[in-house]
Amino acid sequence: MTNLPEILFQVSTYFVSAGIILATLRLIKGPSMADRVVALDTFTVISISLIVLIACMSSRIIFLDVGMVYAILSFIGVVAVARHLEGGL
Amino acid sequence: MEWYRILGSIITLIGSIFLFLGALGVFRMPDLYNRMQAGTKATTLGTILTLLGIGICHYEWIGQILVIIMFIALTNPISSHALARAAHFKGIPLTKGSVTDKLKEKENIDVVVTDKLNENTEVEVD
Amino acid sequence: MELQQGIFILMGLAMIIAAVLAMHVKDLISSIIAVGVVSLFASILYLLMQAPDVAMTEAAIGAGLSTLVFLYALHKTKDVEEEND
Repeated sequence: MTNLPEILFQVSTYFVSAGIILATLRLIKGPSMADRVVALDTFTVISISLIVLIACMSSRIIFLDVGMVYAILSFIGVVAVARHLEGGL
Repeated sequence: MEWYRILGSIITLIGSIFLFLGALGVFRMPDLYNRMQAGTKATTLGTILTLLGIGICHYEWIGQILVIIMFIALTNPISSHALARAAHFKGIPLTKGSVTDKLKEKENIDVVVTDKLNENTEVEVD
Repeated sequence: MELQQGIFILMGLAMIIAAVLAMHVKDLISSIIAVGVVSLFASILYLLMQAPDVAMTEAAIGAGLSTLVFLYALHKTKDVEEEND
């Protein structure tokens, strides 16, 4: 029973990996370009939590800085594509 | 007994289930706007719960994790709102079962107002 | 150790799928999005290979900046083509 948190973290990583597979299927299948942008948006959020899960399982605090940089910079791509769709960049 | 580690791992499991359900909604919803709603709300809640669970489990990391949660809560609605607005102005259609479209009604508000005035005058005359 | 190898293989497969998609898709904005996805998974691969500084640089430049630069170049070239027509 002392090993319960590690098992629950591994199950959480399996769920997050299944989410990445489903978003990859939407990225392949998406009929229009905006669907692929939605898949990219989902990818960024899911990958931030995957980065923090990897940091938790490796017990290294330096990995959290990667997630922080990604959380700050990831929305720039989606906003740039949206502005390009509306006309002006 | 390290009860806080068990509590944090259970919260992380709930958050990862929300992330999986959000990705499932992105895969299975029929429309762009439904996909966007599933891919933004559910994944935001799932990420916040996952990070909070890890922050409870490793309680010395809670400062950086709160900063990451604040950035996600600030930037994720901005990108979703900009993308939905751009897709609506691009003319991507809604699905068949949609009930209302407030933005389109707001664009055509002059026609609607004149129609309502005509109806009211007709009613008063009758 | 088993789980880390599983994430490793999953990231590699997703990178290959996104790279093939970037070549085979028709419009250019979808290609730019696929290149951004390749950069995202490369960042997680660098993180799994215990190199957080390289992962940070890849996340900042590959996912944030290169998408912006590619979209700006696409905007400029479309203007020139419309002027020539």
